[in-house]
Amino acid sequence: MSSSTANHGVTGNAIEVRNLTVDYGTRRILTDIDLDIPSGKVSVIMGGSGTGKSTLLRCILGLKQPTAGSIHVLGTDITKASTRQLYQLRKQTGVAFQGGALFSSMTVGENIQLALREHTELDENTIQIMTRIKLDMVNMLHAEHMMPSELSGGMTKRAALARAIVMDPKLLFFDEPSAGLDPSTSAELDELILMLRDSLKMTIVVVTHELESAFKIADRISIMGKGTILATDTPEGIRTSSNPEVQGLLHRKPRTSVLDTEAHLKALMGVRS
Amino acid sequence: MIKALETLGATVLESLEMIGRTFNLLLVTVWEMLQPPYRFYPIVRQMYFIGARSISLIVISGVTIGMVLGLQFYYILERFGSTDLLGSGVALGVIRELGPVMTALMVVGRAGSAITAELGIMRTTNQIDALECMAISPDKFLVGPKVIAGILSVPLLTHIFDFVALFGGYFVGVVMFSVPEGSYMNGMVDAVQWVDVRLGLVKSLIFGLLVTLICAAQGYYMHLTKAGSQGAEGVSFVTTNAVVLSSISVLFADFLIGALLQ
Ligand SMILES: Nc1ncnc2c1ncn2[C@@H]1O[C@H](COP(=O)(O)OP(=O)(O)OP(=O)(O)O)[C@@H](O)[C@H]1O
Ligand SMILES: [Mg+2]
Repeated sequence: MSSSTANHGVTGNAIEVRNLTVDYGTRRILTDIDLDIPSGKVSVIMGGSGTGKSTLLRCILGLKQPTAGSIHVLGTDITKASTRQLYQLRKQTGVAFQGGALFSSMTVGENIQLALREHTELDENTIQIMTRIKLDMVNMLHAEHMMPSELSGGMTKRAALARAIVMDPKLLFFDEPSAGLDPSTSAELDELILMLRDSLKMTIVVVTHELESAFKIADRISIMGKGTILATDTPEGIRTSSNPEVQGLLHRKPRTSVLDTEAHLKALMGVRS
Repeated sequence: MIKALETLGATVLESLEMIGRTFNLLLVTVWEMLQPPYRFYPIVRQMYFIGARSISLIVISGVTIGMVLGLQFYYILERFGSTDLLGSGVALGVIRELGPVMTALMVVGRAGSAITAELGIMRTTNQIDALECMAISPDKFLVGPKVIAGILSVPLLTHIFDFVALFGGYFVGVVMFSVPEGSYMNGMVDAVQWVDVRLGLVKSLIFGLLVTLICAAQGYYMHLTKAGSQGAEGVSFVTTNAVVLSSISVLFADFLIGALLQ
């Protein structure tokens, strides 16, 4: 482990994914992925629906064991780490899941307090105040006593973000922050992400579909195609990329199969070419 | 034919896997519960849910079963002219067999199914993943309190069941059929020995563990089964499964314990 820690210091990468291959049953979801997430930067992962973005996150979080490859997070290879090591890492990690994943039996406030209660010795008063500070950051102060089932989609996402940052983690993962949000809330969240990077020096990984928001917040962008990473570059580099699939995603080209109308109709009717 | 064998093989394999997972859940949960910090409030809360909120159901079914038993025993014993054995018959039947089994089955239906559904929904909506990502062990936080509450609640509920069932038997025997109160009571006290009480207690402890563990495992490991990718439909599938499996396990364990402990 000492060699990888040194390595982590030299390269300045919080996360290094190497030759990652992942299967669900017999279906291959990710094929031979390499990815570096630089420390203290915002990295955005973009890609079409079903290309495996959430699956990649699940692997990095140690929730899904990959078929092959290694994932170093803050110097620890989590594919080989013990439960104790994994829990140590997770105390420095915040995650906002795609669907929010708020605990449905607790109020928004209790959701946010849970980690504080389990992992710190803070007194009740401090816990309350910290909860409200985080809720205020995501503009959700009014919802402290609401149940998750009473929240709208956008409120759920913001509550999930507040829960993710309550322990001031070194690493923050955010799956689809702006999907389904109105433009002004979405812009607010972008500002918040940048603020977390700049003032708290967090390393942030954001999965998103929203081009505008991606280019606004990203220091690096990785574009995913079906189970692979097509390109990783600075926003400028991605914008000027010559990769046709990358350009297709940037300019929202429809799927090529639909362009060939006749073949598409045949496919719909179940005719094999 | 081959197809049928394949299906059979797959079913057997899947069942074995599930048994393995359930056992694994038990070991992991015991291990995690032994690590500090120890929290009692979650156990109390689960006891309220599994135990306290089942009391009315247990009382109603206990009285009914006691009355049914009193009725049937009376008719049978009357043929042999030995209705003074009524008290013994009802008491032994309830304490050794019907109390623990009926209570466990009631808990399966009321609390067990709810445990499976709750954990299944938490699994499909990533709430269990979220716990793991917060470095909170779901075994300790979710499963442990439920299982411990089950082990504590089912014996308590069984005692309540036994008590009201004996009262139901008394009502039928003494009040309805005018069996002398003295012979009913003395029969009961004389017949029931420490081994009978112990048998009932051992049964109810084991049933409490079995029911909560099996129901918890069905929901907790939902993502590893075919139902895992089916969302709400998957939850209803594993809940039905949990009720069937835990009921059968209770009946089977009842036989085994009866055979081993007399
Ligand atoms: N639990 C699972 N079991 C089986 N297959 C799965 C499971 N989860 C995801 N998949 C498959 O893995 C592939 C990638 O899914 P993933 O959720 O990672 O996509 P995504 O890029 O996050 O999509 P979206 O943008 O819609 O969220 C999909 O084809 C999906 O069918
Ligand atoms: Mg996704």
